[in-house]
Amino acid sequence: MVLLPGRKTLVNGFKDTFKENNMSQKSLIGASALAGAVAMAISGATFLASTDGASAATEKCYGVAMAGKNDCAAGPGTTCAGTSKVDFQGNAWKNVEAGTCVSMKVDGDRMGSLEPLTRDIPA
Amino acid sequence: MTRPAPHSPNIGTSRFPDAPLPPRAGAGLKPDHIAAILTDDYRIGFLEVHAENYMGDGGPAHRALAAIRAEFPLSVHGVGLSIGSEGGISATHLERLARVVERYEPAMVSEHLAWSSHDAGYFNDLLPVPYNSASLERVVSHIVQIQDRLKRPILLENPSTYVAFEQTTMSETDFIRDIARKSGCGLLLDVNNVFVSATNHGWKPLHYLRDFPLELVEEIHLAGHAEDVDDEGDLLLIDAHDRPVADSVWKLYETVISQAGAVPTLIEWDNDVPEWPVLRREAQLADAILDRLGPGSLLGSRHAAE
Amino acid sequence: MIEMSQRSFGAALLDPDLPLPDGVIGPRGKGAQKRFAVYRNNVTVSLVNALGDIFPAVQRLVGEGFFRDMARVYLSEEPPRSALLFEYGGGFAAFLDRFEPVSKLPYLSDVARLERAWLDAFHAADADPLRPESLGAIPPESLGEVTFTPHPAARIVRSKYAAVSIFSASREERPLDHVRPLDPEDGLITRPRHEVQVRQLPSGAADFFEALMAGMTFEEAANVTLERHPEFDLPSAISAMLEAGVFSACSSSQANPEHTA
Repeated sequence: MVLLPGRKTLVNGFKDTFKENNMSQKSLIGASALAGAVAMAISGATFLASTDGASAATEKCYGVAMAGKNDCAAGPGTTCAGTSKVDFQGNAWKNVEAGTCVSMKVDGDRMGSLEPLTRDIPA
Repeated sequence: MTRPAPHSPNIGTSRFPDAPLPPRAGAGLKPDHIAAILTDDYRIGFLEVHAENYMGDGGPAHRALAAIRAEFPLSVHGVGLSIGSEGGISATHLERLARVVERYEPAMVSEHLAWSSHDAGYFNDLLPVPYNSASLERVVSHIVQIQDRLKRPILLENPSTYVAFEQTTMSETDFIRDIARKSGCGLLLDVNNVFVSATNHGWKPLHYLRDFPLELVEEIHLAGHAEDVDDEGDLLLIDAHDRPVADSVWKLYETVISQAGAVPTLIEWDNDVPEWPVLRREAQLADAILDRLGPGSLLGSRHAAE
Repeated sequence: MIEMSQRSFGAALLDPDLPLPDGVIGPRGKGAQKRFAVYRNNVTVSLVNALGDIFPAVQRLVGEGFFRDMARVYLSEEPPRSALLFEYGGGFAAFLDRFEPVSKLPYLSDVARLERAWLDAFHAADADPLRPESLGAIPPESLGEVTFTPHPAARIVRSKYAAVSIFSASREERPLDHVRPLDPEDGLITRPRHEVQVRQLPSGAADFFEALMAGMTFEEAANVTLERHPEFDLPSAISAMLEAGVFSACSSSQANPEHTA
C-alpha cells in the first residue's frame, strides 16, 4: 500500500463483522451492522478531527507551496520557446519508442519505459 | 463620469486593523518568505499580493495571507483583469476581485494598463494597448466599472512595453493623465517600467517623469530588469523582476521621491526569488531614500498630511 | 485607421509561424520581430512553467525537456480559459490520453488527474471535517438513513493502473522499482486541515465514498458497495473517511442536519 504525505494508514481487518450478519435478500447490511461498523470505526482509530487545535507544530508554518501562481514578470527575452516550433512528428520521437522498460515491474512489455523520455529539442 | 467617493475607513466590523499604506518600503509577498517576515525584527512597511493567487475559495494560501494581513498593511495588485481588453472586462473576474478585496480589506487596490484575456483565452502576460481616443474611452469605462463595483478608487500602473503601434496617436503620459482625470483613478508609478519602456522606445526617462502627473501617484513599484537586444542589435530591456533594482532605476527613483515626496514603494521580485534577507535589503535601500529625500520634496508632505 | 485586433495579436502569440499582428511596429522605423518575440516568450514560457508547477509528477516521469515540449503543444491547443493560473490544465489529462507520443505510458493521464485534483483540493473552501462524535451521536436505528455532505476538498480519482503509487513515488522523488503499474488503484484526495493528503483506497471504498458523495444514504451506499465488492471492509472505510475528512457534515434527516461543531 502506498502512503503519501500525511502517511495515514487505512485500517485493515474487521472483516469478520460481516460474516456474522444475516443478510436479507434485499439488503446486505442492516441497521445494527451499520451501527456496529460505526462504533468500531470510531473506537478503532485516532482522528485528526477529534483533536482540536492539533498540529500545533504546523500552525505557525506558512510555507505554502503554491502551484500555478499568477506572477507579474517578464522572463526569457526573445530567444526562447515562444519563437520556435515543436514537432513531434519527426525522427526524434523514435528514440523514445526505443526506450526500454527498466524501472517498474511490468507484465509483458506494454507499459514502456519509466526512464525520462528524451528527444531532440528544436533549435 | 464621476469621481468615486473616497475610500471610507473600515468600520467596527472589520476583521483586520485599518492600516493605510505607510510612505515606506513594502515587498511583494512570496509564500516562502511568510514565516521569515512574521518573525523578522525589521518590520516591512507593507506587503503586496497578486489578487489572482488568492481567488481560490480557501486553503493554506488564505490562511497565510490572513496571518500577514493581521500584522501588516496590505496592497492587492491585480494582474488578470485585462483592463485594456477590446471585448470588455470579465464580470466574473471582477466579482472575484471584489471578493478578495472584501475578504482582506486592503489599503490599496491596483491594476495594469494592459490586456491579457481575449475570447481565445488568457495569455498570462501584460500585453500592450495602442494609445488613441478609442482605447482611452475603453480603458476609462472599464476602470469606472471596476471602481463602481469595488466602491473605491483603484490605482492604474504604467506598463513596460516592447512594441509600438501604428494606431497610437497620443503619448503614454498624456494617455495615462487623461485616464486618471476621466475615471478618477489614482496612479501607480512603476519606475522600472519607466526606465524599461524609455530605453525600448528611445524616450528620455526624465522627460517621461516631467510629463507624468506625479501628484496622482499613490504607490511606486521598483524591480530589476534583464537585457536583450532588438532587431537592430540595440539594447532591449525586459521587465524580468528577477534581480536587484538597477542603479539607473534607483537614480530615477531618487528623482521621483525628491519631487513627489515619500510614497509607499514596493520592491517586486517574482522570478528567481531570493531568500527574504536579500529582498529586505532592497526594501531598506528604498527606506533610506524615502527618509533622505521625502521630507524636502517639491510636493511637500502631502502624504503625511492625509 | 484600423483598430488593433487583440484576436490577431493573441493568435500570433501562440503561433510563431504567423506574421506580426497588424499595426505592431518598432519605434522610429525599427523592426518589431524580436520585440514581439518578448511577448511570445512570456506567454509560452510562463504557461509551460505553470503546467510544470501543477504537474510535477508527470514532468518527472517524462523528463523536463520532453515535458516542456509537450506542454507547448498542449497550450497551443488549450490556452487557459481562466485568468486564475492555478485552475489551468483541466484538460491536460485528456490531452495525454490522446497524445500519441506518450501512448506507451497509459498511466500518465491518471497521474495528471491526481495532480489536478491535488491542486483543486489545495484551493477548495475551508471546512472542518465531520467529527466522529457527530456520527456517533446518531441513534443506531437512524444510521441507515444518514446522508453526508462532501468536504469541499474531497476528490476521488480511479485508475486502471497504479496511478497513486506512481504519483506518490514521483512526487517524493522515490524510485519506482517496487511499483506494479498494471495494478488498479483508486486515489482519495482530501484536505482535513491545512495539508492536502492523498491516500490509496482499498477495494470498494471508492464506490462507497462516491455513492455517499452523490447523496445516497449510509445504508444504500453500503449495500451498493457490498453487492459489487463482497470483500468490502465497511468499518475501516468509515474509519478512513473520518480520518481523511471526506465529509464535512452528516444529517439523519433533511429537517435535522447534524453539522460538525
